[in-house]
Amino acid sequence: MDLKTLTYIVVGASFALYFGIAIWARAGSTKEFYVAGGGVHPVANGMATAADWMSAASFISMAGLISFLGYGGSVFLMGWTGGFVILAMLLAPYLRKYGKFTVPEFIGDRFYSRGARIVAVICLIICSVTYVIGQMKGVGVAFSRFLEVSYEVGLLIGMVIVFFYAVLGGMKGITYTQIAQYCILILAYTIPAMFISLNLTGNILPQLGLGSTLVGTDVFLLDRLDQVVTELGFSEYTTTSRGSTLNMFVYTLSLMIGTAGLPHVIIRFFTVPKVKDARSSAGWALVFISILYTTAPAVAGMARLNLINTIQPEQGENLVYEDRPQWFKNWEKTGLLGFEDKNNDGAIQYSADPAVNEMVKIDQDIMVLANPEIAELPNWVIALVAAGGLAAALSTAAGLLLAISSAISHDLLKGVIAPDISEKQELMASRIAMAVAIAGAGYLGYNPPDFAAGTVALAFGLAASSIFPALMMGIFSKTITKEGAIAGMIAGITVTLLYVFQHLGIMFVAGTEFLGSMPKNWFLGIEPNAFGAVGALVNFIVAILVSRVTAAPPAEVQEMVEQIRVPTGVSDAHAH
Amino acid sequence: MAFQSEADAKSYWKENISLVIKLMVVWFVVSFGCGILFVDALNNISIGGYKLGFWFAQQGAIYVFVVLTFVYSALMGKLDRKYGVDDV
Repeated sequence: MDLKTLTYIVVGASFALYFGIAIWARAGSTKEFYVAGGGVHPVANGMATAADWMSAASFISMAGLISFLGYGGSVFLMGWTGGFVILAMLLAPYLRKYGKFTVPEFIGDRFYSRGARIVAVICLIICSVTYVIGQMKGVGVAFSRFLEVSYEVGLLIGMVIVFFYAVLGGMKGITYTQIAQYCILILAYTIPAMFISLNLTGNILPQLGLGSTLVGTDVFLLDRLDQVVTELGFSEYTTTSRGSTLNMFVYTLSLMIGTAGLPHVIIRFFTVPKVKDARSSAGWALVFISILYTTAPAVAGMARLNLINTIQPEQGENLVYEDRPQWFKNWEKTGLLGFEDKNNDGAIQYSADPAVNEMVKIDQDIMVLANPEIAELPNWVIALVAAGGLAAALSTAAGLLLAISSAISHDLLKGVIAPDISEKQELMASRIAMAVAIAGAGYLGYNPPDFAAGTVALAFGLAASSIFPALMMGIFSKTITKEGAIAGMIAGITVTLLYVFQHLGIMFVAGTEFLGSMPKNWFLGIEPNAFGAVGALVNFIVAILVSRVTAAPPAEVQEMVEQIRVPTGVSDAHAH
Repeated sequence: MAFQSEADAKSYWKENISLVIKLMVVWFVVSFGCGILFVDALNNISIGGYKLGFWFAQQGAIYVFVVLTFVYSALMGKLDRKYGVDDV
């Protein structure tokens, strides 16, 4: 059977599964729509959280990113996993105890202010919308690449599928589809990685393979990799850091607290029955995420070595272009690999020196996408990688869309504009909000704004500087006032946005940056994407200072903080 | 509230905070410490083909994170039972 037919069958089967789940898991109440009825098993929620969390970028791009950054890429590995430790210990159990439906709802209640709730809704929408644009682009790209349809058709298919299970099932439908999506994406990621590790090192576990010797030699894989990249003029793989030590530190911290503050991740912990389930569920989520995140650096190192070995089988001996392997030809067609014979010798020179280098294009995504072909795996594995990439993009998009639609129907409509609507009307409103959110996200995916490339990093900066500090202070302090919280959120988000815009352009429009994206202009050498932690610090300081000079929170709010610190009585707090 | 007394509530919260601080110290040491601040020094040591600092940054810190969250979950469960605030 040819690859295209096989891909259609595997991807089609995965879609049929999602549709089946959607019909089975219809939501009948707002509680089912917002938090899947609050009865999801902690292990199941851990799996759904993992799929919710791992996006098309994690699946397709992260290993490639690390592949070219080496040690410097560790900020993503530590940042995007370490955040779950913070979430597990500092946020998830308390927010679960509080026991309502959305993140702005908590902020509004704790800071006894509709204004605080609205500011939180705005922060949530900015950060989720910027994030979802990246996902919709990922959906379009994944479909067009794997199914060989146009980007627009791919985007439309993705929207229809998400529409079906998210509008029908809300959080309940999303949860159970995410579980299925996790299983597909993790198999699709680990199977090729295991074969590549086996081929190179004889060890089937990529996590161990990366630290092993190459088959038939006494040379460690990483030592060999360091040697070949330095021979080509690149800096050493295992020691090259990303900017200064301070930049690595702040970047990692920003990604960690940004992760802990992302609303679409937090609301997943509202779906488990008890406080202790929220604690253990975060652990399970981290287990399921770690399987991919510890495999990724192995894929990164091994794919880089494979690529170099293909182009330069022995030192000084270059691959003759006419003899290039089939996978090289396949990916050249997509534009992800590009060769230009600068010295007309018919062979490929790969070098860090741009004047000599003839591999004019090596897209980072190639490191995951071409893996099964490089390892000469059967076609069904390639088809599985297609289904995995789509699962990763769809699951994250659905989670984000739920966070956006519940903020609109529950926080804005029910909470502020029309508090008197019945549950049935609210459920209808949340379905409409979801449909509108999907259409809006699809529009933005179809006409990506100029700033699309910077969006995911921006979302982390905003979550880190606005939502995370407000939640932390809401739980661990009884003295932060509504004025303090609102001023803190606004200050945090403003500082972060200003820093990003002054270096990368206002709304990322080229030419509007007034300080230029030059490392010498960076504050203490911190790159713009890493600035969320500084914004968070500003948020904390402003909130604490303002709270000192404003009237203390009322007694019932202090009592509410006492209550969320006690794990018992969740079901009582749940009555709405 | 399910606590026997106000004093119980206070000491439960105090023990909770001290547990979280201890675990967060470990969290900090394995990632920011071993993976970033002291990475060069640790890279002089090797385990298998991994330089130790590099291993912490790309593998070890993540394994410790997983263990930390389960340790937290287990010890908090124990603390809940000690004060009679476990939700069964």
